[in-house]
Amino acid sequence: MSVNLAKGIDAFKEVIDAPIASFFSSCVHCGLCAEACLFYTETGDPQYTPIHKLEPLRRVWKQEYTLLGKLGKMLGLSKPVTDAELEEWKPLVYNSCTMCSRCAMVCPVGNDMTYMIRKMREGMAASGHAPADLIAASTRSVEIGSPMGIRLPAVKAQMKHVQADTGIEIPLDVAGAEYLVLMSSMEIINFPEYLAAVAKIMKQAGKSWTLCSDAFEATNSGIQIGVSDIAKILVQRIVDGAEKLKVKTVISPECGHAYTALRWEGPNLVGRPYTFDVLHILEVLDGFRSAGLLKTTGFEDALLTFHDPCQLVRRGGVLEQPRNLLKMVAKNFVDTADHGQMNWCCGGGGGVSAIEEAEPLRLQAFRKKKSQLEETGAKTLVTACANCRIVLEEGLEHYHMNIPVVGLTEMIADHLTEGE
Amino acid sequence: MNHLELLTFARGNALNWALMLFAAGVVLRLFEIFSLGRKADLSKPRANSPGSGWRTVLTRSLPAEGMLKRDPVTYISGYVFHVGLFLAIFFLAPHIEFFRSMTGLRWPNLPTPLVDASVVAAMVALGVLLAHRLNNPVKRMLSGIGDYVAWGATFLPLLTGYMAYHHLFVEYTLMLSLHLFSVELLLVLLPFTKLFHTFSLFISRWYNGDIFGRKGVAS
Repeated sequence: MSVNLAKGIDAFKEVIDAPIASFFSSCVHCGLCAEACLFYTETGDPQYTPIHKLEPLRRVWKQEYTLLGKLGKMLGLSKPVTDAELEEWKPLVYNSCTMCSRCAMVCPVGNDMTYMIRKMREGMAASGHAPADLIAASTRSVEIGSPMGIRLPAVKAQMKHVQADTGIEIPLDVAGAEYLVLMSSMEIINFPEYLAAVAKIMKQAGKSWTLCSDAFEATNSGIQIGVSDIAKILVQRIVDGAEKLKVKTVISPECGHAYTALRWEGPNLVGRPYTFDVLHILEVLDGFRSAGLLKTTGFEDALLTFHDPCQLVRRGGVLEQPRNLLKMVAKNFVDTADHGQMNWCCGGGGGVSAIEEAEPLRLQAFRKKKSQLEETGAKTLVTACANCRIVLEEGLEHYHMNIPVVGLTEMIADHLTEGE
Repeated sequence: MNHLELLTFARGNALNWALMLFAAGVVLRLFEIFSLGRKADLSKPRANSPGSGWRTVLTRSLPAEGMLKRDPVTYISGYVFHVGLFLAIFFLAPHIEFFRSMTGLRWPNLPTPLVDASVVAAMVALGVLLAHRLNNPVKRMLSGIGDYVAWGATFLPLLTGYMAYHHLFVEYTLMLSLHLFSVELLLVLLPFTKLFHTFSLFISRWYNGDIFGRKGVAS
């Protein structure tokens, strides 16, 4: 056994816990999880069955943590996990799983495949079987500060542009502010309107907020590739920034996995509960709405629909907030079939959109989104995750569908009552 | 050994051994799961959640939204089989008598023709599920020898019970012994095959509901 393989197997052994043991014990091979996975439904290829993506992890569990499996291993009757097998499984564990959790919502025995994929990736990465693109993104995150290689000067440049456009000063490193606002790389590079929207909304609500020069990036490549040590470094930066500035609340941007990383995984990564709250921007906006601090005027003309980002709706519990907010600005709204908790993924979550070789498969899987959208006849697609947004835009362009994709925060900001 | 002696063995020593192995196996498997433990989650759970472990233990008995349409064969055959088997085990008069002799507890039985029909339905459903397993590419890929052994071990008690009740082909005393042996085989295999889901699904559903519930999601 190579050194790397041994590290990978050790990582598998390390992550296997009682929930995983119960999941593997319960699986009756009914195959229903496949029916919930867009990589299976859009390709018809059985290898994309969610529970099958976990097969090497299952065998390690059986061989290491069950009496019968141990006996089988001692007698040489069981098939050991090999480097070749893990390499073969790499596209299943990374390219064709967005960790969207749809399968975990339908499994009759309650298996949470996403919980297991997240942990299995720890062993895949430790054994050297993570995709090169995710390794590069993680390296940039640690060394430069962002998976897309963005540094503070780029953020400052955007701040300057937004200040010029809106006439609102963008606060940086303001100690004692109520909110610390984070962004995703995608928002810094592709969607500067997010920062402008936040600035306008905070001004109207009369709230103090700040960006932080040591912690502006919310995304976390560490949880996508499955290296908790990296994920911890990235979360720690935000924790340090938030504690240094003594903010009450850190706002996760319109990015699904950043929210998962910071809100749900973060305290476990840094090993202690936070001294501040973490909210997704939509939770903050909905809080403003119910407190009467968000005043809008006018409604969108086009027929709108909403794409629920998986990490918000299924793995985050942000379900009602986007609809409450949409009601403020849209009378002409239609939900897709399977919206909300059973919404279909854009196909690019969980790091998939960062893996170049996964693109043809991702575009094939996008047919699910395409048909979902076509059924509604919507003219504008609203979402609340910058990664979903770019993946949706690419998919729509690929299939020649002329539907603009808009961030909800930006849409709300466009309707703010002037002069307040 | 004549048929009566065989039946005495099936009802006596064989049953005692099977029950012991079953109990020991279940305890071992539960220990294998729970001894792994899980780390405390340090993230702050949502104050109000529509979900929880207990809720999911119950709700997972129903198909998720849109799923029945995607694979009606699995769902419908699955229900028919499980309900049929449950009625046969717990509501056939001779079975209740058997449980009473072991535990002292008794409860009303269902009319025998009804239980008889449920057994036939369960066997038909098992047949459909086997054909589906062999024909559906996903199920076929996922299936190994264990799946077919589990299928056989579940089917045999139904078949032998049905044959014994209707006095089909084999002399009754012998058939009753075969029925008991098939049940004993099932008991011994249950903890060590996927049939253990009979117990572990309550655990896995609970964990699922708990993981989602703390995030405010009703899974």
